[in-house]
Amino acid sequence: MRGHLVIFMPSENLAITWRRIPERYRLTGSACETCRTNYFPTRKLCPKCRRKGKITMKQFSGKGKIYSFTEVTSGPAGFELEVPYLLAIIELAEGPRLTAQVVGVGEKDVKIGDSVEMIFRRILEDSPEGLIHYGYKFRLLKKVSI
Amino acid sequence: MVQSVGIVGYGACVPKFRIKSGEIARVWGEEPERISKGLGILEKSVPDVDEDAATLAVEASRNALLMSGIDPQAIGAVYIGSESHPYAVKPTATIVAEALGATPELTAADIEFACKAGTAGIQMCMGMVASNMIRYGLAVGSDTSQGRPGDALEYSAAAGAAAFIIGRERQEFVAEIEATYSFTTDTPDFWRREHAEFPSHGGRFTGAPAYFRHVMGATQGLFEKTGTKASEYDYFVFHQPNGKFPLEVARKMGIDVEKVKPGLFTPVIGNTYSAASPIGLAGVLDIAKPGARILLTSFGSGAGSDSFAIRVTEGIAGKREAFKKVGWQLADYIAHKEYIDYGVYVKHRRKLKSM
Ligand SMILES: [Zn+2]
Repeated sequence: MRGHLVIFMPSENLAITWRRIPERYRLTGSACETCRTNYFPTRKLCPKCRRKGKITMKQFSGKGKIYSFTEVTSGPAGFELEVPYLLAIIELAEGPRLTAQVVGVGEKDVKIGDSVEMIFRRILEDSPEGLIHYGYKFRLLKKVSI
Repeated sequence: MVQSVGIVGYGACVPKFRIKSGEIARVWGEEPERISKGLGILEKSVPDVDEDAATLAVEASRNALLMSGIDPQAIGAVYIGSESHPYAVKPTATIVAEALGATPELTAADIEFACKAGTAGIQMCMGMVASNMIRYGLAVGSDTSQGRPGDALEYSAAAGAAAFIIGRERQEFVAEIEATYSFTTDTPDFWRREHAEFPSHGGRFTGAPAYFRHVMGATQGLFEKTGTKASEYDYFVFHQPNGKFPLEVARKMGIDVEKVKPGLFTPVIGNTYSAASPIGLAGVLDIAKPGARILLTSFGSGAGSDSFAIRVTEGIAGKREAFKKVGWQLADYIAHKEYIDYGVYVKHRRKLKSM
């Protein structure tokens, strides 16, 4: 369950950071028009259709469900202030699954199948003088009962 | 005929965490009751460790966009007013524009004028929309402000954002902005030098020459410019560095304080700086009926005030109802809270190294 940490490597090349901004900031991914499969993160080639595939840009809605989750109690470097936090596999409404933090709740507050929506948060900073990486996290969908 | 301009969508965002004034007072050996009553602040919002002025601005802007129903690609300008931009050099506005999907065909910039940078952005958008330079402009006030540990500001400095999409098609308005008037002088009542972590201020005596002079000067100027008087407005929203100053402005100007209270949120979320009067406006728009008239006056140390005469339109009912079902209104953010103690607060605000 270290998916998002692989996505956000502090040492990652600046050009990669730039290229991934649309997918990290607003969940822009890919779709294959040939077989109607959606992909996240972005793909250049459809693994099902190969050269027959036609890949286009796909804007995901940010809505999804918790497919699986775990509570991280001892986080990697850069996440010391955030532990304990919830890391989940989210199944997007449009199909693809991704790994992300679910904020504002603890392990006891969620269950598999809960509806979530994307929010925009700080993920990591390279160093106190370095770049700040922003991107998607999720929260339980709307309305807190008031 | 002068081109009409108005708000076509708006949104707010307040972090979930709260710390009570009494808890801060306890740590510094102050009398909790005296502090809380003296400032008119019961509790203030505290950002999560992964929130900053950019993330709050994005969330408030997404709410505004959702309510407006417009295509983000039609936004021609993004202005983010803040005194806590995450970078000293590198715009927050580009982060917000990218997160909304408004890039690349637009102009964007960060604005700084202490607590009135958000309303300065509204004025810039009004001018650009009215002159046909752009179709829609987004103006945001967003801050995660900090006070030096133990300083009086520590009881009030809070976090929040409010965003307004300004357009010129009358049928899209939720509220029309009928007039604006500004009052500005060089009055150094509050400042922060480059590399300084916390602001410095002139202390208690700055209230009269700074806050009251500018807020009342701008409000009076707007009355005169529009030929209106206090009794013609249903709501007044003033910059709210604490829970008391806005009510005092009302008393000094002969305004019914009951018209100020619906837009006064500092007692429950603290002073959100650039977002303070914009959040007040968002809260009033959430409850105002079509036809209601609102007078908004911001204040930024340094110092200046922007006043706006706003009239709620028929369009608000439908957009507000539709938004309520899918998005978070200010009342949702205020109700959705979790209290933290001073220890957790220190962690959230990363204050350790400066104590
Ligand atoms: Zn395919």
